[in-house]
This record gives sequence, C-alpha cells and structure tokens, in this order.
Amino acid sequence: MVPETWYLALSVALFCIGVVGVIIRRNPLVIFMSIELMLNAANLAFVAFGHRQGSNDGQAVVFFVMAVAAAEVAVGLAIIVAIFRVRRRLSVDDLSLMRW
Amino acid sequence: MPHVAFVLIALVALGSALGLVLKRNPIHGALFLVVNLGCIAALYLTLGAEFLAAAQVIVYAGAIMVLFVFAIMVLIPGKEETGPDPRRPWRVLALPAGLILCMLLAAYVVTVPPSPSSGVPAGGVEAIGRLLFTDYLFPFELTSVLLLAAMVGVLLLARRRPS
Repeated sequence: MVPETWYLALSVALFCIGVVGVIIRRNPLVIFMSIELMLNAANLAFVAFGHRQGSNDGQAVVFFVMAVAAAEVAVGLAIIVAIFRVRRRLSVDDLSLMRW
Repeated sequence: MPHVAFVLIALVALGSALGLVLKRNPIHGALFLVVNLGCIAALYLTLGAEFLAAAQVIVYAGAIMVLFVFAIMVLIPGKEETGPDPRRPWRVLALPAGLILCMLLAAYVVTVPPSPSSGVPAGGVEAIGRLLFTDYLFPFELTSVLLLAAMVGVLLLARRRPS
C-alpha cells in the first residue's frame, strides 16, 4: 500500500507549481488553469486524508469543491470574455484600474 | 507494484503541471491540464474513490476543459505573452517564493503525526451517495442553487449590451 504521505507530497508539489503559474503568467486564461491545478491538488489532499481516516467525508468535500469549481469557471470565463470585448487585449498587466 | 504505478502517475502529473505553467501557447497548456486531471483521476482510483474518479473525468476533463478550450479559441490569445515582459524582475521572484511555500508545506506534511487509521476501508459509490443525501443534504441542495445562480450570472455577463 502506498503511504498517504506520498500523495500529500505530490499534492504539495502540484499546488506550488500552480502558485508559480499564477504569479509568472500574464494570460488570464492560463492563470485560471493554474488555479484549477491548485484546486485539484487540494482535492487530492482531501481524498488522501479521508483514505487515511477511513472515512468518506473527504470524498464528499471534494464533490462540493468540484461543483463550486464548475460554477467558478463558468463565471470567470464569462468575465474574461466580457473584459476582452471592452479592451481587445488579454493581459492581466492591463487590468490595474482597482490597484492601490 | 502499487508504488511503481504511483510513481509513474505522479511523474506524469508533475510533468504535465510544469508543461501547463511553462508552455507559452494556452492551447498546449489546456491539453497538459487535461493530462494532469486524468492523472489525478487515476490517483483517486488507487485511493478507492471510484465515484470521484468518474466525476473528475466527466466534470473536469469533460465539461470544464471544453469550456476552457472554447474560451481560448474565442479569444485567440497568445500574442500578449510573446513580447518582452515589462515586469520581469518581479516575476523571477515567483520561483523562490514557490520553493519556500513548497518547503513550508512539505515540512508540515512530514511532521504532522499520522493519525491512527480506523482500519475501515472507505466505501465506494453507495457510501458516498448515502453520505451526500444524509449528512450533507443541505450543502448538496445549496449546490444546485449555486449552479443555477452561476448559470444566470453567466447569461447576464455574456449578454450583448444594447448600444
């Protein structure tokens, strides 16, 4: 049996790759996909912990995370398309209107 | 044998995640992300979560990634990231920041004491269904409201403003 710590280590690595992707990329779509990567890393940790506890609660939480991620992607992509319609460019560096 | 399978799947998952982050073309990134989601579905299978593996393939690799590819095709991006990066000095800091975060999280994962396993193997699809419709019934119903709200919101956002 593969120890759960291995799954957690993989989850940590995927999450950090997602964080780096969010920071270094300029395309909002790729940033969005990196966020999906981070969500999946967290889901993997949930399932691994649930497996270690012998309970199904972790899997139930992952189910809800998937539902929220689906809603989030739909709304986020609609916002990106709406921004593209107004500005005709697609770079997060341009979107500094609300910056402090 | 399970160890070999885990290492292989994990290597493919890490490689595809790096491909998503490092490839310039967003379409390549989307395809790498599909590979990554498939690897995670396989890992769910090795953890005994058959329902989540199926849901992962249907919801993520199916629905969400199709939506992404659709958006990429509509927006035709990719030209923004070919020029010189005006904020390069800050962006190179992402690598040490990611490494520090990785080390902190890894330190936590290594030091957290393994909780005593109850020994009861997690159930399959039937157990999940029971759990969702008993203990998690209220959040489950809230999910339907959330999806409806997201649908209405997307329709509102995507509507063409009368000019």
